[in-house]
Amino acid sequence: MTEKKYDSVIIGGGSAGMAAACRIAEAGYSCAIVERETALGGILNQCIHNGFGLHHFKEELTGPEYAERFIQAVKDKGLDVYLETTVMDIEDTGSMKSFYGYSSVYGLLHFSCRSIVLAMGCRERNRGNIGTPGTRPSGIFTAGLAQRLVNIDGYIPGKKIVIVGSGDIGLIMARRMTWVGTEVLGVVEIQPYPAGLTRNIVQCLTDFNIPLHLSHVVSKIWGKERVEGVRVSPVGTEEGGNRASFDLDCDTLLLSVGLVPDNEISKKAGVDLNPETGGALVDSRLMTSVEGIFACGNVLHVHDLVDFVTEESQRCGEAVCHYLKGVAPGRQYRTVSGANVKYVLPNMYNPDGDNRFYLRPLVVKNGAELVVKIEGREVIRKKLRHVQPSEMVSFTLDREEIPSLESSRGNTLETGIL
Amino acid sequence: MSSVYDVAIIGAGVTGASIARRLSAYKLRVVLLEKECDVSFGVSKANSGIIHGGFHHGASTLKSRLEIQGNIMFDALQRDLHFPFRRCGILVAALSFEEMKTVEKLYMQGVQNGSIGIELCNRERMLSLEPKLNRDVVGGLHAPSGGIVEPYRLVFSLVESAVKNGVELKTKFKVNGVDITGERFHISSVNGETVTSRYAVNAAGLRADEISKLFKAEEFTISPRKGEEYLMDRNAAAFTSRVIFPVPSPNSKGMLVIPTVEGTTMVGPTAEEIEDKEDLATTGDNFEKVFYSARRLVPSVSERDIITAFVGLRPALEGNDFYIAISTKCPKLVQAAGIQSPGLTAAPAIGEYVKDLLKKAGLILEEKPNYDPAIDPLPRIREVDPFTAEKLIEKNPSYGNIVCRCESISEAEIVEAIKKGHTTLDGIKFYTRAQMGRCQGGFCTYKILKIIQRETGLSVDEITKRGAGSWEITGRVGEFQIFSRTGGKE
Ligand SMILES: Cc1cc2nc3c(=O)[nH]c(=O)nc-3n(C[C@H](O)[C@H](O)[C@H](O)COP(=O)(O)OP(=O)(O)OC[C@H]3O[C@@H](n4cnc5c(N)ncnc54)[C@H](O)[C@@H]3O)c2cc1C
Ligand SMILES: Cc1cc2nc3c(=O)[nH]c(=O)nc-3n(C[C@H](O)[C@H](O)[C@H](O)COP(=O)(O)OP(=O)(O)OC[C@H]3O[C@@H](n4cnc5c(N)ncnc54)[C@H](O)[C@@H]3O)c2cc1C
Repeated sequence: MTEKKYDSVIIGGGSAGMAAACRIAEAGYSCAIVERETALGGILNQCIHNGFGLHHFKEELTGPEYAERFIQAVKDKGLDVYLETTVMDIEDTGSMKSFYGYSSVYGLLHFSCRSIVLAMGCRERNRGNIGTPGTRPSGIFTAGLAQRLVNIDGYIPGKKIVIVGSGDIGLIMARRMTWVGTEVLGVVEIQPYPAGLTRNIVQCLTDFNIPLHLSHVVSKIWGKERVEGVRVSPVGTEEGGNRASFDLDCDTLLLSVGLVPDNEISKKAGVDLNPETGGALVDSRLMTSVEGIFACGNVLHVHDLVDFVTEESQRCGEAVCHYLKGVAPGRQYRTVSGANVKYVLPNMYNPDGDNRFYLRPLVVKNGAELVVKIEGREVIRKKLRHVQPSEMVSFTLDREEIPSLESSRGNTLETGIL
Repeated sequence: MSSVYDVAIIGAGVTGASIARRLSAYKLRVVLLEKECDVSFGVSKANSGIIHGGFHHGASTLKSRLEIQGNIMFDALQRDLHFPFRRCGILVAALSFEEMKTVEKLYMQGVQNGSIGIELCNRERMLSLEPKLNRDVVGGLHAPSGGIVEPYRLVFSLVESAVKNGVELKTKFKVNGVDITGERFHISSVNGETVTSRYAVNAAGLRADEISKLFKAEEFTISPRKGEEYLMDRNAAAFTSRVIFPVPSPNSKGMLVIPTVEGTTMVGPTAEEIEDKEDLATTGDNFEKVFYSARRLVPSVSERDIITAFVGLRPALEGNDFYIAISTKCPKLVQAAGIQSPGLTAAPAIGEYVKDLLKKAGLILEEKPNYDPAIDPLPRIREVDPFTAEKLIEKNPSYGNIVCRCESISEAEIVEAIKKGHTTLDGIKFYTRAQMGRCQGGFCTYKILKIIQRETGLSVDEITKRGAGSWEITGRVGEFQIFSRTGGKE
């Protein structure tokens, strides 16, 4: 068995893994990326539309272009990259971690390292998860799979399409499927507001006259071998008044009903998960409950913009360097979500350092305010022009903004949206 | 051509497959006819996968006798055929003293039937056997001989063994006509193919009544009884160590909590009389029912863990017993109809029983000296330790390519499935478990499409989920653009 030893190994070579790896390598530590696919880039490789990099590079790139910049950086820094290698069961043996990489190229690899960065991304929720009744014919795809089939493999998965869920991938696929010459009959969304970014609603639906059915669900699927049609019903028909169900004749259903961090190997390594995010619970350094194992990107929580993934992952890479250097974190206190906040990350903050937070709102609101309190004392109040669940909010809390804290108290930081 | 088969078996579910394998031990020409493009695509793929404990039915019924016999045969069968099977035991949980009275009756029935090790339990014993049970349990029954099996793998391995010993399998052979001339049956398919045989076995599940008609044999009606089941993630908190039954009502065993052999949890099935033999749709109402009643047994059952749902139709006959007999109107035909639960459990015994009936009907059975009951086990990367894995990958690098990440299935296993004739997405799924985990194929479908194309030479639009009509891909991007590009430029 081939033995491989590194200061740090990054599992997953998407935008998160690459950004973290570059930071670690820049600091002079030995570091490798293990990626199961044949190329670095992760989900970005199939996102051939533009809109990436507006924050990070201040220009508009396609997914593969955005990825390419990091792939180049990974090459320049001479990082070891193991492609077509899948990581299975991580073992935590105190100061050393170890795991196996399965590969048809390298055979079985045994890695040992002082730290691990989890950057495995997320998976899509599927029909079973939303429990749509009806038959189980072919023609039901998750939107991300369809995106992969069309954009990378060049396969068209149907002719008459209905899309369930107005998440970004669903919206982008509505436009993409129109472009490849199929007919998109509509997008069905259970919530009274769209789940994706506003710009995607405009550019992918409005511009193509694709109907968006808000407050509706697909209540039934039929077709014996292949999908033949679906019933679209208003939510809560009783009070729906004159709104009635209607049928759409389609041969394909694309599901864009949410993403879930893919933490199977994290769980096996003993990492504690947060039920709100589906990702790991992390301290101010993005370190999980297992010492030396860090997490960033979509495996930590689902991001809507890759720019935030990059930013978060670079911070994660820096934290790994501190850890490898033996710098102790010092004081850390808990963070909790307050009014109208689904979750806030990280789950701990460091009052002696600069902190960056990401939070997911629970409400749609214009002219909202972000309010951050420590032990009930307000430390930040900030205007937010518009909040909605599909758009993540981020903010920084600098050392100077944190009042002196008594170590005898809980010093819990609470974030709310008013 | 004088290619006359000794026996033609119609239907390659667990019943037909068990019969075929049993007959393959003798010097006979046997053909197994199946209308679908793969075996086990009927009821035998959509059920609870329980090897029953022999206490649900009274000793006077045929199904009860075959259930007990079949159950005992599973250990030997698994040693030869390597399908996933575990004798995890069965519990029946009583939640009131009223229910406990029924449990006592079941216990007496089990003792009478000869259910090995059956035990009447008080509350403490029940909770120590299964701490996840509802604390309100007052007592119950423990049948340690009960178990769980992966039903399609059982059927696949039975068929593989039968074929290895000379049985011919014809899939996509939908029987729609039978001509009887003298001592010969001429059985024809919708595609116009005909096979000729001296004996025939009707193991057509839901269609056994129609097949019987084609032979001008007994008239009976198979009524589908629908069962919906919900499958939950391997990490579900509700995973129990034994199968948990409620106390049955007079016409149903009730809805259960099942720890599958592969480590997922399943709840169901419902029981609903329907008309349409093709109605495989799940409904919202039943979803509520299943979860309500599963939670009564095991409170930690949660709908948040669902990964998929499916429907199976029980091929029920009036009277609810199996009908396995030599046809009185057509004496070279053996009927194996009405094989509803415990059909899976009884299958190995049905194989024996039908063999004996054929003998009675005049078929001469002469043992084959070179009969080999065992098939080769297929190594599966998720089941082996790293050292074995390393050796496997060294010998065949595609064992290192993990195609299905949720269930850890390698490319080598998928190629093996295709080589064994499972060339649809569902066939590969049932043989390997790829696409069966929590992402339900979201990550691996495109990879499997590629492997099928490479191994079979099919083009992507010829690949189906489970046979004709269930296509996946309509065409390629740019097929029409290429046309316009050349048109514009040149
Ligand atoms: C379908 C989709 C569309 C998007 N569209 C946009 C958009 O239009 N604009 C925008 O700004 N953002 C978009 N995003 C968001 C953003 O691009 C992604 O969130 C970001 O790229 C995720 O990066 P990641 O590295 O965390 O995950 P991924 O890119 O998913 O990378 C994870 C990598 O880990 C590998 N991996 C997983 N498990 C293992 C294992 N066990 N062993 C080895 N390797 C493993 C995977 O193969 C994958 O390459 C989109 C996201 C998705 C999912
Ligand atoms: C919801 C549910 C749960 C169950 N749970 C259990 C359990 O836990 N334990 C247990 O022991 N039993 C259980 N059963 C019962 C068990 O599944 C069945 O008894 C068993 O699978 C029947 O097998 P079969 O081969 O007779 O039928 P099938 O598997 O249906 O096989 C019949 C085959 O005949 C083919 N066929 C039909 N017509 C034609 C034709 N014209 N030409 C060619 N081929 C044809 C079909 O395509 C099919 O493949 C359950 C059943 C259901 C529905």
